[in-house]
Amino acid sequence: MFENFDLSLVNWSRGQFALTAIYHWIFVPLTLGITFILAIMETIYVRTGNEEWKKITKFWLTVFGINFAIGVATGIILEFEFGTNWSNYSWFVGDIFGAPLAIEGIMAFFLESTFIAVMFFGWNKVSKKFHLVSTWLVAFGANLSALWILVANAWMQSPVGMQFNPDLARNEMVNFWDVFLSPVAVNKFIHTITSGFVLASLFVIGVSAWFILKKRELVLAKKSILVASIFGLLSGLMLVYSGDGSVRLIARIQPVKFAALEGLYKGREGAGLIALGIMTSGKEDSTGRKVYPVPLKLEIPNLLSYMAAGSWNAFIPGINDLIDGNPEKELLSVREKIKRGQYARETLARMKESRDRGDSLTYRQLKDKFYDADFKENYFSYFGYGFLNDPNSLIPNVPLTFYSFHLMVVLGFYFLLLFIVFLLLVWKDKLDNKKLLLWLAVFTIPLAYVASEAGWIVAEVGRQPWVVQDLLPTVAAVSHINASSVQITFLLFAAIFTGLLIAEISIMIKQIRIGPKEGGK
Amino acid sequence: MRRSLFHRIFYFYYDGFRSMTVGKKLWVIILIKLFIMFVILKLFFFPDILKKNFSSDKERGDYVLDQLSKD
Repeated sequence: MFENFDLSLVNWSRGQFALTAIYHWIFVPLTLGITFILAIMETIYVRTGNEEWKKITKFWLTVFGINFAIGVATGIILEFEFGTNWSNYSWFVGDIFGAPLAIEGIMAFFLESTFIAVMFFGWNKVSKKFHLVSTWLVAFGANLSALWILVANAWMQSPVGMQFNPDLARNEMVNFWDVFLSPVAVNKFIHTITSGFVLASLFVIGVSAWFILKKRELVLAKKSILVASIFGLLSGLMLVYSGDGSVRLIARIQPVKFAALEGLYKGREGAGLIALGIMTSGKEDSTGRKVYPVPLKLEIPNLLSYMAAGSWNAFIPGINDLIDGNPEKELLSVREKIKRGQYARETLARMKESRDRGDSLTYRQLKDKFYDADFKENYFSYFGYGFLNDPNSLIPNVPLTFYSFHLMVVLGFYFLLLFIVFLLLVWKDKLDNKKLLLWLAVFTIPLAYVASEAGWIVAEVGRQPWVVQDLLPTVAAVSHINASSVQITFLLFAAIFTGLLIAEISIMIKQIRIGPKEGGK
Repeated sequence: MRRSLFHRIFYFYYDGFRSMTVGKKLWVIILIKLFIMFVILKLFFFPDILKKNFSSDKERGDYVLDQLSKD
């Protein structure tokens, strides 16, 4: 089936989507987190009446405003791409995607954008309490925006709550709550927003550290560090907890991604977790599969088995087991899944043929199969495999997934440690002379973005070749358009987003240098 | 004389925008960005393929059905 698709088109479309998503995600997490930090700071102001907290709130409000203004609507481009580059996919996902995105537009966006005006223009014009409520509503609104997008993304990772309509070739939602409250959606939402909270906390600490290094705005800096380190620490703990939940879910729902995270090719009982490791370059084995060994590693025995299955000696399948099959462990081979997927696709083709030629009896019989529980479980659930020929095409980019995962985890624990250290030092008022540590906090700001983007690379690269897990591979999701038009828009986006990023950084740095004196608008 | 609610809301935004400092620059960036996105990119580079090429959901469904089922 691969040969029917223009791989250059697929790759450029993937590249373009990755580029826009990565740039979009530069702006999002700071908004998710800093709005809550602002709400906490303003709450302290309203409760204590201390004008210093108002000044602090207004300064960070300006920072938030810059990030929000530059980043707003950058996600819309992703929706443009769905319609142009990914039309098969857009149609196939049907109202599963449409409903959450529509709710986002109506509910969260209007909540967010209405009360943002009160946040910026409402000082001294509305009551303190109304202003505070607006700030909290913006924080919740921004995070609700993320909720609906993440529900849609979670469905792609683990499609539930739908019925495939073979007449229209699209999925229809049959249970909103199954989609909305799927374990993947709940976990993904918590993990993603807490990652934004951690990033925003590190941003606030980093900027505040810079003020201390410059011996400026010391009160603002120390109070900000106090709030951000507590908020960051609590969010970081939640991030680790939800990350652990994610790993368990991935092991069950996306086992190939799970094996790739750890570079595990040969499954075993009592599998150890590679805390740190270096992969060597890939070598082809006898089946033509590229294998990336991890000869240099720091491994914690049995921990991977425990994390994935809750038992120290549980069997964890490796990539080889998942691709070639393992009858002893009741794992189907990819070849068998391809056969089942092909049968599901053939059934769909035959149904369409019989409908087109007016054979209503055959049409009805074949159509009914797509509503039959046995057919759905044993054939339609492998529908996407029917597009593939080579079992090895089921393996994602192992080194990229492995390194992104480990980078994210290592940085996550480093951030936790940093929050604890800063909390203790600011609590004891011993930060002023810790120059090395303060510079470390400044340089941790970009690392927070690296960790955040790495998380998305794990989620999205790790689940290749799927756009909808097991049902629709990337090659079948693209529109049949010219690869050259995708190349042109790729370059356009690269230019626009780079321009926006430069504008963001330069305006942000200028405002931070000015400091809190002109904060607020 | 007590101003109407509409009047108060209008002046809330009007005064807010007038007294902006860095916000003015940001609004220029937002407007340029929205123009590029919705006028240039959407109109000239990002048509909705299925909406553009087909007039009904049935036609769109048939097209995708072909795409998903043909070898």
